Amino acid sequence: MEKTLVLGDEAVALGGIDAGMSGIYAYPGTPSTEITEYVQNSSEAREWKIRSEWSANEKTAYEAALGMSYAGKRAMVCMKHVGLNVAADPFINSAITGVQGGLILAVADDPSMHSSQNEQDSRYYGRFAMIPVLEPANQQEAYDMVYEAFSLSEKVKLPVMIRLTTRLSHSRAGVLRKTRIQQNQLNPVSDTKRFIILPVNARVQYKSLVDMQPELERNSSASVFNRLIEGDHKDFGIIACGIAYNYAMEAMQLADLKLPVLKIAQYPLPDALIRQFFSACKKVLILEEGYPVYEEFMRGYFDNGQLLGRLDGTLPRTGELNPDIVLLALTGKEVPVPARPEVLVNRPPALCQGCSHRDVFLDLNEVLEPFGEKHVFSDIGCYTLGALPPFNSICSCVDMGASVTMAKGAADAGLRPAVCVIGDSTFTHSGMTGLLDAVNDKSPLTVVISDNHTTAMTGGQDSPGHGRLYSICAGLGVDPAHIRSIEPLKNKREANRKVYREELAYEGVSVIIASRECIQTASRRKKQEKQTQD
Amino acid sequence: MKKDIILAGVGGQGILSIAAIIDWAALKSQLQIKQAEVHGMSQRGGAVQSHLRISDSEIFSDLIPQGRADIILSVEPMESLRYLSWLSDEGWVISASDPFKNVPDYPDEELLFHALEALPRKKIIDAVSIARDCGNAKSSNIVMLGAASGFLGIDPEMLKDGIRSFFGRKGEEVVGVNLKAFEAGRTLAERK
Repeated sequence: MEKTLVLGDEAVALGGIDAGMSGIYAYPGTPSTEITEYVQNSSEAREWKIRSEWSANEKTAYEAALGMSYAGKRAMVCMKHVGLNVAADPFINSAITGVQGGLILAVADDPSMHSSQNEQDSRYYGRFAMIPVLEPANQQEAYDMVYEAFSLSEKVKLPVMIRLTTRLSHSRAGVLRKTRIQQNQLNPVSDTKRFIILPVNARVQYKSLVDMQPELERNSSASVFNRLIEGDHKDFGIIACGIAYNYAMEAMQLADLKLPVLKIAQYPLPDALIRQFFSACKKVLILEEGYPVYEEFMRGYFDNGQLLGRLDGTLPRTGELNPDIVLLALTGKEVPVPARPEVLVNRPPALCQGCSHRDVFLDLNEVLEPFGEKHVFSDIGCYTLGALPPFNSICSCVDMGASVTMAKGAADAGLRPAVCVIGDSTFTHSGMTGLLDAVNDKSPLTVVISDNHTTAMTGGQDSPGHGRLYSICAGLGVDPAHIRSIEPLKNKREANRKVYREELAYEGVSVIIASRECIQTASRRKKQEKQTQD
Repeated sequence: MKKDIILAGVGGQGILSIAAIIDWAALKSQLQIKQAEVHGMSQRGGAVQSHLRISDSEIFSDLIPQGRADIILSVEPMESLRYLSWLSDEGWVISASDPFKNVPDYPDEELLFHALEALPRKKIIDAVSIARDCGNAKSSNIVMLGAASGFLGIDPEMLKDGIRSFFGRKGEEVVGVNLKAFEAGRTLAERK
């Protein structure tokens, strides 16, 4: 059978399609977006009626996936690492309720923060929720793990986490597919008490989750994904978690070393394998992509000095691993690299030429000029690039939706004018609830929704509130006289700036919807329309 | 057979199309592939790179170790210099000569090409003008694929099949222009 060339993300999607998944739920977020997009673009998925539209945020996605599982069908929910913070409530509680149909959480972490605000490690969440976590090293494993994980989830009646990192999510390789499994029939939960986690039921459920832990450990010990690779040396070994296994093997090839390697890809840790390995090796180097989650765990408070890793300086404490870092840790020798050519300058990302956010920031800079000090709260999206020159417009980017609520808090403290900029998709993700707070509190605040009709930063996915932003704001109770719609264009600059000035002067909640289609999606749409005409 | 290739360019310049065609051809040639891409924020006009590894035996790391790349294939001259620390002592730089200036401090072209010319093994290709001669300036990335084709360890006919497969749904004309661009790049690189 021929291999299918896929990204790590796509291998996860393909594993789900072949394992009889009935639905996938997600909010886009780098590096997880391509999982859901693959299903959306798959003709097989369409044929088998796998549900795959975008959700408004990670929490709604998680809950819908849990509902599908409750009904007996296999469901997947996907997000980036910080998205799991948004979905943490249903996630942790779904380990208490347990599942019916197999439920997979595919979460993609971003060590080195290529496209993120932090490099939090989702394996912590896995331990926190006390569920099985699978961490593939390569695309084939990503496929195989998802394929198997649905059965595992149904067997232990718990959600299973697939933890990816950027390098695997966005790296391509050939994958061999397995026979397709039919989707589950509708089979809703009959013992509904376990889903009604009132304290009286939750105590029972939590106890059974705790009691389940030895079985989860036995599954890890028996897992084909955890295995020992023998080496010539006996006293120095490597524990390689997830994708770090690749770097261990690559670095050993380069250094012509053959150390024993314990490859870890299923958690909780396989107890017997770990104990054997530690008793055989005097020193153990532990390689983890992300936080030193298990290094810290294995060292314990009274660290006996047997371990080398991120916590003792053998490896950098932060950032993603690579073959060079591991090689250095193994040999102590830096690979000499040539000096960076002097002529080379940085090329940071920037807002596209013609992007509507550009006009929004130019207008804001102009109307805020008379106030001297400028505080424009913002958050996550292409518009975050408004923080960079030549705009230098925004003063904050913390988390999705925080632009509205932080501006509200600052307004409550007396900051004038309190202004924020939020994108349309981010507004419906988690800005709306904050706007409701501002309305109820009558906080003097100007919310600029820079509406480009799409979720642009992740590649132009549907924006859940498209075309309904005005009615959403009116429905939340913003005075319609202070919901202003403008088109951010150079030739409307004077009229638009007048609107900004009026609303900044208003001591109440106002919303300016600055609406113009993303030029990336617009040019794609025009190309498609042209092709259809031809 | 083992080739480690760094593809370089600016977000939106089409290095992932080059990668997709090489991937396809390598897969059809029964070779192993790993190809790490950059998605997300950098794609907004920032520097982008892809690590492409082809081998007839198992490839472990998705990332190429420093000093090990056989080729840096760049569709932009300044970007070809960004990843020199990955290039092996015998490695080649194959770069387009067309500057993409979206930063205010883009270097002086004379100094830039001086740095490029100083490299021991390089092929610098006027990709855009060649592509224009072939029928479409947008095929400049395929000119560069052609220029690199002698270094990839893959049968050029297989790469041409890859072009047919990649552009097939855009019609015969687009396929034709890109095959012509590929051949032009290939011929020029052989002569240089």
